[in-house]
Amino acid sequence: MSQMPQLPQLAVCPACAEPLEAGDNFCGGCGAALSAGPTRAHQGPTRYGQGSYGPASDDGQNSSGRERRGQEPGGRGPGGQEPGGRAPYGQEPSGRAPYGQEPSGPKPYGPGSNGQGPYGQEPYGQGWNEQGSAQYGQGPERQAPGGQVSNGQAPDGRAPYQEAAPGASAPFPPVAAGPAPEDYPLAAPAAGAPAEGGTPAGRGAGSGPAETTTGSGTDTGTSRGSGLGTGRPQGQTAAAGPADGVSDPREDVMVGGPRGRQCGACRVGVIDKDGYCERCGRPQPRERDHMEEELADVAAVSDRGLRHHRNEDAFALSAAALADGAPAVVAVVCDGVSSATRPDEASEAAAVAARASLTASLPRGTHPRQAMHDALLAAAESVGALAEPVNQPREHDDHRHHQNAPACTIVSAVVAAGGLTVGWIGDSRAYWVPDDRATRAARLTEDDSWAAQMVANGLMSQAEAYADDRAHAITGWLGADAYELEPHTASFSPDRPGVVVVCTDGLWNYAESAEQMAAAVPADARTRPLRGARSLVDHALDGGGHDNVTVAILPFPGPSQGAGSA
Amino acid sequence: MATFSKSNVPQFSVEVYQNEYLPEGGREVNAIVTVTATGGGTTGGTIGGATAGGMVSSASIGTGAGAGGGTEWGDPTAAGRADRGPDAAVVIMVDCSGSMDYPPTKMRGARDATAAAVGTVRDGVAFAVVAGTHQAKEVYPGGGRLAVASEATRAQAKDALRKLSAGGGTAIGTWLRLADRLLGSADVAIRHGILLTDGRNEHESPEDLRNSLEACAGRFTCDARGVGTDWEVKEVTAIASALLGSADIVADPAGLTADFTRMMESAMGKEVGDVTLRLWTPQGAEVVFVKQVAPTVEELTGRRMESGPRSGDYPTGSWGDESRDYHVCVRVPDAGVGREMLAARVSLVLPEAAGGGAPRPLSQGLVRAVWTDDLAASTSINPQVAHYTGQAELARVIQQGLHLRKAGDIDGATAKLGRAVQLAGVSGNEGTAKLLAKVVDVVDAATGTVRLKAKVTEEAEMTLETRSTKTVRVKK
Ligand SMILES: [Zn+2]
Ligand SMILES: [Zn+2]
Repeated sequence: MSQMPQLPQLAVCPACAEPLEAGDNFCGGCGAALSAGPTRAHQGPTRYGQGSYGPASDDGQNSSGRERRGQEPGGRGPGGQEPGGRAPYGQEPSGRAPYGQEPSGPKPYGPGSNGQGPYGQEPYGQGWNEQGSAQYGQGPERQAPGGQVSNGQAPDGRAPYQEAAPGASAPFPPVAAGPAPEDYPLAAPAAGAPAEGGTPAGRGAGSGPAETTTGSGTDTGTSRGSGLGTGRPQGQTAAAGPADGVSDPREDVMVGGPRGRQCGACRVGVIDKDGYCERCGRPQPRERDHMEEELADVAAVSDRGLRHHRNEDAFALSAAALADGAPAVVAVVCDGVSSATRPDEASEAAAVAARASLTASLPRGTHPRQAMHDALLAAAESVGALAEPVNQPREHDDHRHHQNAPACTIVSAVVAAGGLTVGWIGDSRAYWVPDDRATRAARLTEDDSWAAQMVANGLMSQAEAYADDRAHAITGWLGADAYELEPHTASFSPDRPGVVVVCTDGLWNYAESAEQMAAAVPADARTRPLRGARSLVDHALDGGGHDNVTVAILPFPGPSQGAGSA
Repeated sequence: MATFSKSNVPQFSVEVYQNEYLPEGGREVNAIVTVTATGGGTTGGTIGGATAGGMVSSASIGTGAGAGGGTEWGDPTAAGRADRGPDAAVVIMVDCSGSMDYPPTKMRGARDATAAAVGTVRDGVAFAVVAGTHQAKEVYPGGGRLAVASEATRAQAKDALRKLSAGGGTAIGTWLRLADRLLGSADVAIRHGILLTDGRNEHESPEDLRNSLEACAGRFTCDARGVGTDWEVKEVTAIASALLGSADIVADPAGLTADFTRMMESAMGKEVGDVTLRLWTPQGAEVVFVKQVAPTVEELTGRRMESGPRSGDYPTGSWGDESRDYHVCVRVPDAGVGREMLAARVSLVLPEAAGGGAPRPLSQGLVRAVWTDDLAASTSINPQVAHYTGQAELARVIQQGLHLRKAGDIDGATAKLGRAVQLAGVSGNEGTAKLLAKVVDVVDAATGTVRLKAKVTEEAEMTLETRSTKTVRVKK
């Protein structure tokens, strides 16, 4: 359940000795937050310096080749199975209005902003809405082209995806499938890269070298967990978080009307016209501090976390339709690069632009893989536009980032017609978590991070790379100063129901491996995605909430059993 | 009181420069607040001779939402005052003590300078001339009144100056009290004095002078000048400091005319008086200090007048078209990593209008505190804050160094003045560096290696001390 972490209750304020009321996070006398929390150096993605390190520029060169191979946008869809411009997944004309709900911006959560919104009334309660699941994928007879291949070829039932090699121990097909000249070292799960799509048979063969070098996708999670886990507090922060009495910003809410509102921090002062309490100086909660949104078959939650003063993550959701009217669900999650200027604007612009691109191109029959590729480029363009010189420097917090153009990461997922497509740039991730937890969960993305690159290029072992200070510096991002834009996309056709978890590092820091993520996802996440997303955000906050946390959950009904989620 | 001198009322803008990031447990927030008044219809007005020419207007940088925020707005009532004439009164106080005749050029210089200053009083401005000895006498117009400047009254005043002669002692407090009485008789926004002395305040106790300054503070502003080298730097700078004016030395009486003219022009350039800097701080915070740091260092911390809950006002005097920087240091309660707090709200305020209106904020800026565990963010020092911290230290070590030198502590003086040379060098304060070079031989400015000069003129030493508080702005 989505519950607040319980804080140890103090009797008096340690700062001014004023007696405290139960449940207070702030002293009524002095306004002090009644807690102190653990420290951690990492704050959001930081960009890995351009050309400042050999391997990075090496990679830059590699990546152009990779881009040619990997993207080959052509728009033909995987394997050329769809003759030009055909709907890629499933041809059953559903004719159903897809999800009925308008794509709308994230709704601010919290009193004062939308008491009347669909979710505002019961912020952590039953406000979520189940209707959508019934609408999902009606035609039981629907068969995605990919599905035909994959279902037949997964003999042991453990490999949920179409291209998985028979007998492969991994849920995903080997990255560098056999002899295929796959030099897409990071995108292990990129099973359906269009370039390879045409030779699905070849991909199943053997376990590629990339599997061993990156360990991605095929990793058991044990080794990954230990590798990535270095310096990534799992247990420690869980213990150090709320147990140390970190005050929970979720309780930092406003009481009273929009003007002359009472301060949620000191509960005595009134919020001034510039947004700060006239007594204790604490700011009013901002709209983006906590956002939730739920559509018929997708939900997302974003939270400022416990250690950052603003939320630089953003998300965008939408219901769309394919050319044949089959419903498609879109989720985009972005994480602002905190070492850049205006990261919050970057993430929001990127999320909105990617969603707009997807919802425009999917109904035109563009293959989801291609649509995803285009959406990443559209997002990049929108972030790049933020850096245009018309934007004067507007802040004097000049500790480091006047010159840094706004930047962010992006990860997006589209669920449509029995398939799912992911796309990403940076270190935000997507995970596949099947309903049946006995079968394997998987990470669908590969970080554009320094450590991942070092490992991929065979320059360091996983353990070495992730022990390095630079491990989490990202090597790919959206922004005017991104030296090489390298969108990654991949398509999958899972053969069983489950959910796609799309998130920023603020979540996966606390559930790094696919197994850990699967353990954190509630069992009913597919039918109650908003609740599931809240639960995952809580998981991160309970773990310490060191970063902004954003997660979207897209239910996947299964390949062809129709309304599998109902 | 709070009326405007002209139809063209200046717009005030406030810009805040700070690193708002504090480390875990950090409490001290520093910010440089740049206040700029523009659009008042005058140009080049600065606050007095000691500061003339030193101003570089800051780049106009807007502010992001809530961050380092500043706002500006004009005075909505300005249009209604368009028909009013100059709304100012000036009293010139000339030292006529016996010492002014030694050498006789001093008295002559003072007379000429006063005449020149009278010549620059704008039509309509109320003015008077006071002769100061161990007592104060009205020279013009007399009768406890002020004259209204016109061609005729200016000529009469110059005539009256011819009668000035030296004789008697020095009791500056009496001069100030007479000026206050005269200025108080005028219903004007800008009240200003110009005071010239050549000697020590020998005919009253230091307490008398202090009491007079206290009585006059906030009632009028005053520039003070020492002519020759027989006056006491501390007395002259204390007058200017208490009365929010400038202090300077005019070692050569021949330079008085130009200096008086400049001072009067500056006074005539003032458009709004009695502006206070209002500082709001949150519950549980303490104000460590508030200083003007440009164009000169002026400690304001002790001049706070409580103006409401968690809010106090610091006097800034009158403003023309000019820009000043303030260093605000506040200690706030620790709110914890990931939290933000408004550490201070800085606004410029006019006191209540004569008609009983409420004090009007002219503009405001926000000083924020954001706690982070990002050490790179929290450990960086804002360049403006660093610069002015250095400028304040520069003023301090000059004064300490000169004091030690007088006391015969050669090593101590060498260390302090060496540090001053170093600070002046790195901050680009060339004016102060030049003055220092007349007192010490600079071996290596970068390391602050100096030797005290064997022979230093009284003038060089007094000039350095008087101008020690003069600062420069951050090199762009
Ligand atoms: Zn993050
Ligand atoms: Zn408050």
